[in-house]
Amino acid sequence: MPEFEPKIVAFCCRYCAYTAADLAGSMRLQYSPNIRVVEMPCSGTIEHGLILNAFEKGVDGVYIAGCNLGDCHFLKGNVRAIKRVAAVKKILDEIGLGGQRLEFFHIPASEGTKFAKVANEMTERIRQLGPSPLNKNAAGNAQKEGGQTV
Amino acid sequence: MIVAQQKPISEIAQMISDCKKVLFLGCAGCVTVCLSGGEKETDVLASAIRIKRTLENNPLEATTFTCTRQCDPEYIAGIDNLVKDVDAIVSLACGVGVQYLAERFMDKWVVPAMDTKFAGGSVVHGLWEEKCGLCGECILHRTGGICPIIRCSKSILNGPCGGSQYGKCEINKDIDCAWQLIYDRMKALGKLDKLMEIQPLKDWSKSRDGGPRKSIREDVMIDE
Repeated sequence: MPEFEPKIVAFCCRYCAYTAADLAGSMRLQYSPNIRVVEMPCSGTIEHGLILNAFEKGVDGVYIAGCNLGDCHFLKGNVRAIKRVAAVKKILDEIGLGGQRLEFFHIPASEGTKFAKVANEMTERIRQLGPSPLNKNAAGNAQKEGGQTV
Repeated sequence: MIVAQQKPISEIAQMISDCKKVLFLGCAGCVTVCLSGGEKETDVLASAIRIKRTLENNPLEATTFTCTRQCDPEYIAGIDNLVKDVDAIVSLACGVGVQYLAERFMDKWVVPAMDTKFAGGSVVHGLWEEKCGLCGECILHRTGGICPIIRCSKSILNGPCGGSQYGKCEINKDIDCAWQLIYDRMKALGKLDKLMEIQPLKDWSKSRDGGPRKSIREDVMIDE
């Protein structure tokens, strides 16, 4: 049986993690092809409903990547995102999907290597957890090298 | 505003466990302001329960809508078409909204998603506190704008009592003694003599002791 290839959405702040993704590309770094990057104006624009919506659509994992503490372009957006992620983790635990499928990471714009490391770490974590019970295409994804379909 | 808090998701899910199609109805009034039952919270709750039910192999068709106010018949009249096909309505309004829905939609199972807590206001974003005891006859003009009915743990009208120590209430050191606050404020205003005036007994029949209350303003009532 082919190995399960998780489908992960990474909501990335444009001032840090998204720029770090660009840097990772410029540095020709190899990282997991399982992540789908969504550019956000700030990690603080993430909403509880948006995260749950992603899980409802069948993604196996979600992470939000924002600036280091004290570095937010909008001062406290990353602090708000951390609190929201904690609240949604609690909801995921309560409804049985599991809070481990969701995480927050600090990825500064200058750290392309950290972007690649986080993508690999999260992919490995979700691979260990297995496909989300809401992912109807989990079996199909395995053959598509990283799950090219949504 | 009326301050309410959402019940645990599992408790709400249990109330509608045998329903296949459910309307989650938010309220754009007080519960939106206290961030517990507005449009966002309604979508999050519906989404969470949809996921929970899918995991339990008992899929739920959940629709969402947020009324301007659930405590006004004219606003809930507008959702008749949304209610028609559902097995149940989960109301994210205060207890008033739930009852208005139950009265209008007699054949529907209407359940509360909230625990209605108190009449209060916000201290900072994310923190609300009780401020009004809804006693039916305001006495704030005699107590320096501080309500002893709700902010004094005993609701006494001639405090402070013996449980007041260093400005705090004996039941919890985080609760200010309302009567200490009243005394301090009246003193600062130079109105301590007002506290010495003899007051008649408070008429509690104007509060809950008189049974469910009504408020009427005939000049704005629309004739049949």
